[in-house]
Amino acid sequence: MDRLIELLPDFWAATGETLYIVGLAMLFGGLAGLLLGLGLYVTRRGSILDNRWVFGTLNFVVNTFRPIPFIIFIAAVQPLARVVVGTGIGNNALTFGLALAATFAISRIVEQNLLTVQPGVIEAARSVGAGPLRIITTILLPEALGPLILGYTFIFVAVTDMSAVAGLIGGGGLGNFAIQYGYRLFNPAVTWAAVILIIVLIQVVQLVGNRLARAVMRR
Amino acid sequence: MAIIQIADVTKVFAARGRGEAPSAALDGVSLDIERGDVFGIIGYSGAGKSTLVRLINALEKPTSGSVHVNDVEVSALRESQLREVRLGIGMVFQQFNLFNSRTVWGNIEYPLKVAGVPKEQHQARISELLHFVGLVDQAHAYPDQLSGGQKQRVGIARALATSPAILLADEATSALDPETTREVLALLKRVNEEFGVTIVVITHEMEVIRSIAHKVAVMENGRIVETGDVFDIFAAPQAEATKRFVSTIVTSVPEGAALEVLRSKHPGRIVTFSFADGNTSQSAVFLTLGEAKVGFELVYGGINEVQARTFGHLTLALTGTDDAIDSALASIRSVATVTEVK
Repeated sequence: MDRLIELLPDFWAATGETLYIVGLAMLFGGLAGLLLGLGLYVTRRGSILDNRWVFGTLNFVVNTFRPIPFIIFIAAVQPLARVVVGTGIGNNALTFGLALAATFAISRIVEQNLLTVQPGVIEAARSVGAGPLRIITTILLPEALGPLILGYTFIFVAVTDMSAVAGLIGGGGLGNFAIQYGYRLFNPAVTWAAVILIIVLIQVVQLVGNRLARAVMRR
Repeated sequence: MAIIQIADVTKVFAARGRGEAPSAALDGVSLDIERGDVFGIIGYSGAGKSTLVRLINALEKPTSGSVHVNDVEVSALRESQLREVRLGIGMVFQQFNLFNSRTVWGNIEYPLKVAGVPKEQHQARISELLHFVGLVDQAHAYPDQLSGGQKQRVGIARALATSPAILLADEATSALDPETTREVLALLKRVNEEFGVTIVVITHEMEVIRSIAHKVAVMENGRIVETGDVFDIFAAPQAEATKRFVSTIVTSVPEGAALEVLRSKHPGRIVTFSFADGNTSQSAVFLTLGEAKVGFELVYGGINEVQARTFGHLTLALTGTDDAIDSALASIRSVATVTEVK
């Protein structure tokens, strides 16, 4: 316990790092995943921009990268991280890898949720003369907004989970803190402190997500 | 000049999977719909009527043949050129297809936004439509707070927002109960009569055709098997499919179980007399039978009204000598259609 109090500054720093890493990964991965998911949805058979080659390509790419376990994925994308964020190690490299992994996961979540929008509603929008871009922004996304918020909340939890492997490439955050100072130095109190804070963080995010989704869906 | 001209159209949908044959939804359909008409298209599910109506606003493109609306060949336009055409054609759907993320107001406003109508004109147009469909109090409700009938009235208001010349109604009453169906049909009738909107009604219910249509086309297996004025179709259906539809609301010559019941009660001769207004008089029939000393009893059938004209099929059980009956029937044949029921 004394050790934990001693480590408190590092603990808060690790918390800040987790928020930074997960926040940025969700921002970039969220946007890229939204675009990729929309791409999958609109190019699928019978959809508003039906194109089997584009759909087939996107589908193949997502299916190829999404199942790779993150602990391997983060090591494998190091060369790419060096090109994009200038380094293969540390928080920025970790954030890049997380954003990339989140992109693929989010694209499927987005695709699934958009598929719950009744095709008839899209047809009604087409029947009044709305074009594809207008349908996406004014009908498709608003109609699916509630489930999308819940989907993003789900991915936030998954990304927080994945961020715990940070130590592998020299990144920080609460997960790394728990392993570094708790597990490796035989100090369960430190491990548990990190675990509890992660639980609190996730509860808060889930609560906000549920509230938002309920407000949007009016139930 | 017909407002909608469909000429020799076929529509083939690509095979869904390996080993499945492509399916022809439309097989050589030609149809002209005149301005101001309420045109009914009736058929069982899978007959191709939904595909046919979607050719008119180009939600579907024909595999061959052409579709003209207001002399514009809509089947030849690209998706990006269709906005203008679709603003002139409203559409209502069986499942209403309202935008659940928008209020009643927002649903009706959407086509105005797509059409680029200046924002300051929205208020007047939307409240005019809300009054017309009787939903002023529900303006700020969301679709999931409305009943089926109210949803369809929103659908109609939305379809009329841009003052289209044509309204397509795809099974617009099929998800509604009979009472609500009558209300919605009455509303469609007003749309036609007050605004002169040409309405194309898709349905599988003959009652819908009888209530509001002026002309009707009967579809079966991707073809139009019969078309004409609603009165003529009801009074004298020709094609088998048409006869089946007409028989759902008109009792004509007794058949099957109904006939067996009649036979067991009336061992004598049973004859059906068919009347269409304007060219026959029932009294002539009854007078002739009376003069020939043929007894008669009305056992089956009835008189129907379509578009304020009447027609009917009356089945009588006759009593008397065969000679008397034969000579009476011979003279009646000149004023009514006579069918001896075997």
